[in-house]
Amino acid sequence: MTDAALTMPRRAFIQRHPAVLVFLACLALFTLAVTLLAEGTGTGVISTSFVKTLGKTLCLCLVALAMDLVWGYCGILSLGHMAFFGLGGYAIGMWLMYARTEIIVAESLAQAPLPPTPDEIRDGIATQIFGVVGASEFPPIWALAHSLPLQLAAVVLVPGLLALVFGWLAFRSRVTGVYLSILTQAMTLALALYLFQNDSGLRGNNGLSGLQNLPGLGDVPQSTVSMWFFWASAVALGAGFLLCTWIVSGKFGSVIRAIRDDETRVRFLGYPVEAYKLVIFTVTAVIAGIAGALYYPQAGIINPAEIAPIASIYLAVWVAIGGRGRLYGAVIGAAFVSLLSTWFTGGQAPDIPLGFYTIKWVDWWTVLLGFSFVGVTLFAPKGIGGLFDWIADKRSPDRHGADLGPDQGALREQEAER
Amino acid sequence: MSTLLEVSGVSVSFDGFKAINNLAFQIGERELRAVIGPNGAGKTTFMDIITGKTRPDEGRVLYGEKSLSLTGLSEARIAREGVGRKFQRPTVFEDQTVAENLMLALRNNRNPLAVLFSSPNRADHTRVGELAEEVGLTAHLGRKSGELSHGQKQWLEIGMLLAQEPRLLLVDEPAAGMTPAEREHTTDLLVEAAKTRAVVVVEHDMAFVRRLGCKVTVLHEGSVLAEGSIDHVTQDEKVIEVYLGR
Repeated sequence: MTDAALTMPRRAFIQRHPAVLVFLACLALFTLAVTLLAEGTGTGVISTSFVKTLGKTLCLCLVALAMDLVWGYCGILSLGHMAFFGLGGYAIGMWLMYARTEIIVAESLAQAPLPPTPDEIRDGIATQIFGVVGASEFPPIWALAHSLPLQLAAVVLVPGLLALVFGWLAFRSRVTGVYLSILTQAMTLALALYLFQNDSGLRGNNGLSGLQNLPGLGDVPQSTVSMWFFWASAVALGAGFLLCTWIVSGKFGSVIRAIRDDETRVRFLGYPVEAYKLVIFTVTAVIAGIAGALYYPQAGIINPAEIAPIASIYLAVWVAIGGRGRLYGAVIGAAFVSLLSTWFTGGQAPDIPLGFYTIKWVDWWTVLLGFSFVGVTLFAPKGIGGLFDWIADKRSPDRHGADLGPDQGALREQEAER
Repeated sequence: MSTLLEVSGVSVSFDGFKAINNLAFQIGERELRAVIGPNGAGKTTFMDIITGKTRPDEGRVLYGEKSLSLTGLSEARIAREGVGRKFQRPTVFEDQTVAENLMLALRNNRNPLAVLFSSPNRADHTRVGELAEEVGLTAHLGRKSGELSHGQKQWLEIGMLLAQEPRLLLVDEPAAGMTPAEREHTTDLLVEAAKTRAVVVVEHDMAFVRRLGCKVTVLHEGSVLAEGSIDHVTQDEKVIEVYLGR
């Protein structure tokens, strides 16, 4: 067989996927640079709050990877992945809030003449946490909040199980395309509305706060804590990139791309399409949950507004602008757009006086983002990632709107040779 | 020769229109069969029923020596039982290479977790090479299948079907849009395939059917009008009236 080299990729994983090495090298360099320049560990050029912004951006890149896997590779435009992200945040937030309040309550009760009973401490914590919504009892979902390992398990299990059940119901009835998107959006909206209620047990629209303070580590300055989370986010993003590359590179990746392009045909090849979608949907929901669990301790607060459908729509916009169907595209899109968004909405972008009207970017940024999204969709469907093809001269043929092959979608031979 | 597929008393209607009406059809283990009929005779619906895309209102579809009923199974399950289908338009995965397309179709475990945790072994790669050779695409293994010509795509799809190692192969208008040379190649592929499995070819083109040299079933208004050799059916008066004599 002369074409053994083509059909037998027997080389090492890294060799077959040079993008992984480049990506990990860039991530390592970036992490090193931030570490050397940060307030907590380096010269202090980068403020602690900006370290947190960068750390949060890495988490957003991770959830964008998940979105690219489910949308760019498998063709499921999910508008629910930021909900899984939020659930991960809530899961870790419950422990952070519980454990920190426990220390405060224990300290204040320690001055009492009689040592407090465990029940008294528990009541004290409940009053502290739920006083804001007029309750003083722990709702049942807080039953495990005292245990870090159990809440860490919840970070993975809650989004995973929700995705599994929701996905099973949706895929089994063969809901696809825009209807599936609407369904996932409905799920997200329902979850957000539920969490907005005061009696949801998660403090309604107050959400969970004070998450930046690690229990028992009150003496450690935020400049140091922020670096810990920054490093953890960088490691998670690197691991996520490796995992996603592994998933999409083998035969499994081939099957999900085939499902994206022609689901019916894959079914007639004998593949249980619904099971594949379910695996991808659930795995990406878990990735999103982990990303959320790293994000919210850096943000310090989580409330139901973070779960609203608009967040998931933004996620889709990042992936589209970065270039879906390629993993580094999703990362670039998320980093680029979210950092730009921070700059514009943070009041740092200079206003543009037009004489009769002044463009204030805080208000006009979303409009600009909307136009960019439309522009990218219409004129550069490959997004920012397409620039790499352009540099590598891997241009796709310019069809000038005409069909070229005997069938729609076919490429001409001479074009393919480029 | 034992029967591989037996369709009996099958009817299906869409919004009151009877697309298939009390259809009976049988095919043996290693048999080549052509199914012809005018537009709207129910040829595609007939294939949809066998492959599980459409559920019949009544009737039985029994398959294999265990007489497995196909009417309640999913498309994927029926495909795994060994029923392969080729659509009229070549449907290959244009964004993936010829080798990837063939690899997808290879008869292996289809379970998602099994696919995720295993990688193609040497035997799989060898098999892909052999299949490419068989359909004449060895030189194109590394190319994206979207770049292939129409005829090459048809062959790739036939290669993918062979990779599935189906016991029953349903082929919808394989010669549509092909050059005479490509038609000849396709005829050879189908005749060769029918030596080891049952092949049902749905075709419009009488010259092509004649070249296949096999038993012919004529469908009309959802049921069988005539069955026999090509010469037999082309002389049948009913057939001439509804189909050939126009």
